[in-house]
Amino acid sequence: MFLTLGYLTAQDHSGHGHDHKGHDHSTHQGHDHSGHDHSGHNHSGHDHSGHDHKQNAAHHDDHGHGHHHCDCGKHDDKFDAGKIAFHHIMDFNQFHVFGDFYVPLPCFLKSDDGFKAMLSSSFGNAGHGNGKYAIDRYVMVHGTVMRIVDSSFPMGKVEVGCYGHEDIMKDGKELPLYTVSYNGKCLELHEKSTLDGGILGGGITSFYDFSITKNVFTMLLGFLILFLLFRTAAKAYVTRKGMAPKGIQSLLEPVVLFIRDEVAVPFFGHKADKFLPYLLSVFFFIVGLNLIGQIPFFPGSGNVTGSLSVTAVLAVFTFILTTINGNKHYWEHIVWMPGVPAWVKVILTPVEIMGMFIKPVTLMLRLFANITAGHIVLVIFVSLIFIFGGAPTMTQAGSTGGSILGTAMAIPLTMFMMAIELLVAFIQGFVFCILSAAYIGAAVEEAHH
Amino acid sequence: MIIAKFYPFIPEPGLMLWTILIFSLFWFLMSKFAFKPIAGALKERETDIQKALDEAKMARQEMANLKSEHQVLLDQAKEERSQILLQAKEAAESYRKEQKEKADSEFRIKVDSALEEIENRKMEAMVTIKNDAGQMALDIAEKILKKELKGDPAQVSFVKGLVDDIKLS
Repeated sequence: MFLTLGYLTAQDHSGHGHDHKGHDHSTHQGHDHSGHDHSGHNHSGHDHSGHDHKQNAAHHDDHGHGHHHCDCGKHDDKFDAGKIAFHHIMDFNQFHVFGDFYVPLPCFLKSDDGFKAMLSSSFGNAGHGNGKYAIDRYVMVHGTVMRIVDSSFPMGKVEVGCYGHEDIMKDGKELPLYTVSYNGKCLELHEKSTLDGGILGGGITSFYDFSITKNVFTMLLGFLILFLLFRTAAKAYVTRKGMAPKGIQSLLEPVVLFIRDEVAVPFFGHKADKFLPYLLSVFFFIVGLNLIGQIPFFPGSGNVTGSLSVTAVLAVFTFILTTINGNKHYWEHIVWMPGVPAWVKVILTPVEIMGMFIKPVTLMLRLFANITAGHIVLVIFVSLIFIFGGAPTMTQAGSTGGSILGTAMAIPLTMFMMAIELLVAFIQGFVFCILSAAYIGAAVEEAHH
Repeated sequence: MIIAKFYPFIPEPGLMLWTILIFSLFWFLMSKFAFKPIAGALKERETDIQKALDEAKMARQEMANLKSEHQVLLDQAKEERSQILLQAKEAAESYRKEQKEKADSEFRIKVDSALEEIENRKMEAMVTIKNDAGQMALDIAEKILKKELKGDPAQVSFVKGLVDDIKLS
């Protein structure tokens, strides 16, 4: 029950992710946006001076909206469990606790105008995770820092109006476009730069965000908790030398022994000692963050191991270790497999080289997909309350009977799912660890023909 | 609503940079201050346990050895005891024999001397008896002869010869 309530508070926030000024956005539906070039989203980071904005304005004009009419809160308010779930798994520049209370996080922002460091609370709180002010053209929209594209916008702290959000068509993809109203004008916003090259709807924009986000905060927290736990255990081995393990020691020891005897030793043999610290680091880092993510309220709920950026870095660590530790035997098997006919080698070599990269990619995707899916399913289950309640909009009440039915379904389903996720937290940590051991182990394995 | 932009799937440079920093630091610090000491302590404890087991096994072996040594000693002691007993028995026997022999010989000496004494006494008695018997015979003969052959020396010597022939044994 307690956990479910935690989700509800988290969800309450995300459900109100947009301003609701009662506009009907339906006029936007069905229009063909594909003809427009919204390259502003995919710029190389330079020359954003008004160009994008003009195009954006043109786009708005097309739909009968004046330059001066910002689409603040024009969205239909219908409860959308999917939207809430996707919102829930995002990373933010501030940590939502409950209602309109946020834990401020440090923001480190880099643009052509230089480096900017501040607390997320400097943006002020206009409700629903939005900031009241623009600071050096940066604004806070639904908990995420964005930047006003228009370089003529004044620097420093400036009060801005409402924030808008619409989905535009670009390269056959439906992408969000955020805007902010200022002095009766509608200004386009840039999201932070991403490394997908526009394939996934991101790309290099006018600024980079190196902030301590919710995910980074969670990672630091997990680091601290794990370090203190293990430090206590490690000290106990000195102070309680020659005695049976006790407390934290006896909690962690079987796990450490399990990783050593079931993962490190089978894959590395006598080299197990060299790779054991990495395997333990990977295992406990992932399991720790998975478990923190399971806590539905502050300081938990962060979807760290369900972020591709995080799993990609971990997979790259394994890839680097595999590559730098690869012995002659390993490279020989990749480049020119011994003991097979030459024509097979011609086929095998490209496959092996592809395999080198596919292995870490599968590591990255498996962890990401499992944890993200777990978070989404949990939020959807909690959302059953609102789905069955059948509220016409986010702000209006639905049927009480439906809500009760939804609650009756949501509680056992959520509890079941959380139990499964608890298992998944350990399984995914273990799988990442054992597969890393298998990949690195194959690279350091001695020839035995 | 179609979610075209799936944020967690988009690689973000900021989050990646922080992950690299935090995980590297985590790996380094945990290895140095936690995993290596713990793994070392576990290994040490395992070797300690193995050593203790080996030692216990050796101690048991030693105990068994000691026990067998004890047995040998015990057996030896038993052997010795029985030998001592045997010797004592023999000594006692020989002593008894000796004593007996000694007693016997003393007894024989005593008996011999007694017999000698008896013989002597017998001889003495014999002599006395002979003398007495001769005297008696002489007296008898004298009386007879006094009556018939008064004063005949031939007669006297004849009787004397007769008396001498009588051997009283």
